Amino acid sequence: MVPLGYYLVLSAILFACGVAGFLIKRNIITIFMSIELMLNAVNLSFVAFAAHWHMLSGQLFVFFVMVVAAAESAVGLAIIIAVFRTRATLDVDRVDLLKL
Amino acid sequence: MIHYLLFFIFGALALAGAINLLAQKHPIASALSLIVVMGALAAEYLLLGAEFVAVIQIIVYAGAIMVLFIFVIMLLNAGEEASSGGSSRVAWIFGFPAMLAIGILLAWVLVKRDPANMPVPVGATYGSPTLIAQQLFKPYLLPFEVTSILVLIAIMGAVVLARKEN
Repeated sequence: MVPLGYYLVLSAILFACGVAGFLIKRNIITIFMSIELMLNAVNLSFVAFAAHWHMLSGQLFVFFVMVVAAAESAVGLAIIIAVFRTRATLDVDRVDLLKL
Repeated sequence: MIHYLLFFIFGALALAGAINLLAQKHPIASALSLIVVMGALAAEYLLLGAEFVAVIQIIVYAGAIMVLFIFVIMLLNAGEEASSGGSSRVAWIFGFPAMLAIGILLAWVLVKRDPANMPVPVGATYGSPTLIAQQLFKPYLLPFEVTSILVLIAIMGAVVLARKEN
């Protein structure tokens, strides 16, 4: 019988790790993996609340989040391939065409 | 007691994976530690009784999505990322203390708040595939069908974006 708060704290820490990775990493693929980490952290909150309130809706939302994450990663990785093909780099600091 | 033990073991595993994702320089190492995080989270889902979610976490996330990531890393032959030219002083003076303060405050609020202290029933299987399917094909039928269109569009978009232009 683990309190709900423990799950939420674990979820928050994982989300913070995802945010930190998004901010400090420079490889575009690793940044993308940090986004996946954030989605996973949110899923943990959903499942913990679903178990806490005895509602299945939370787990269904996890299902939908996973579908959207799969679609997002397919399109995102295709974009990464396209970026690599035109700029020949994965470093986000060097993809700065829109920078003033 | 065993539930606490399992929660802390898999929680620590997930945290170690997440921190290793940040610490590693090579994308393949980051991807492998992300797989560890996802496996540990699947175990947490099982502790919460969400069987179906735990299984699709392994199959879809750790299986399909991460394989896609690793394929792209190998396809693009991604090497180690260049080290940044020293971390900024502002990050050390303000960033990390602020992060620590927010983390402690958040943990305090989440653990001390009243409803959060109620124990989550462990092992009671609320998320069996039968129950999920009953929900998915009755009240959530429209969103479920819309996701199929979303996936179709994503497949076409991925093919169009990654295609070699002539």
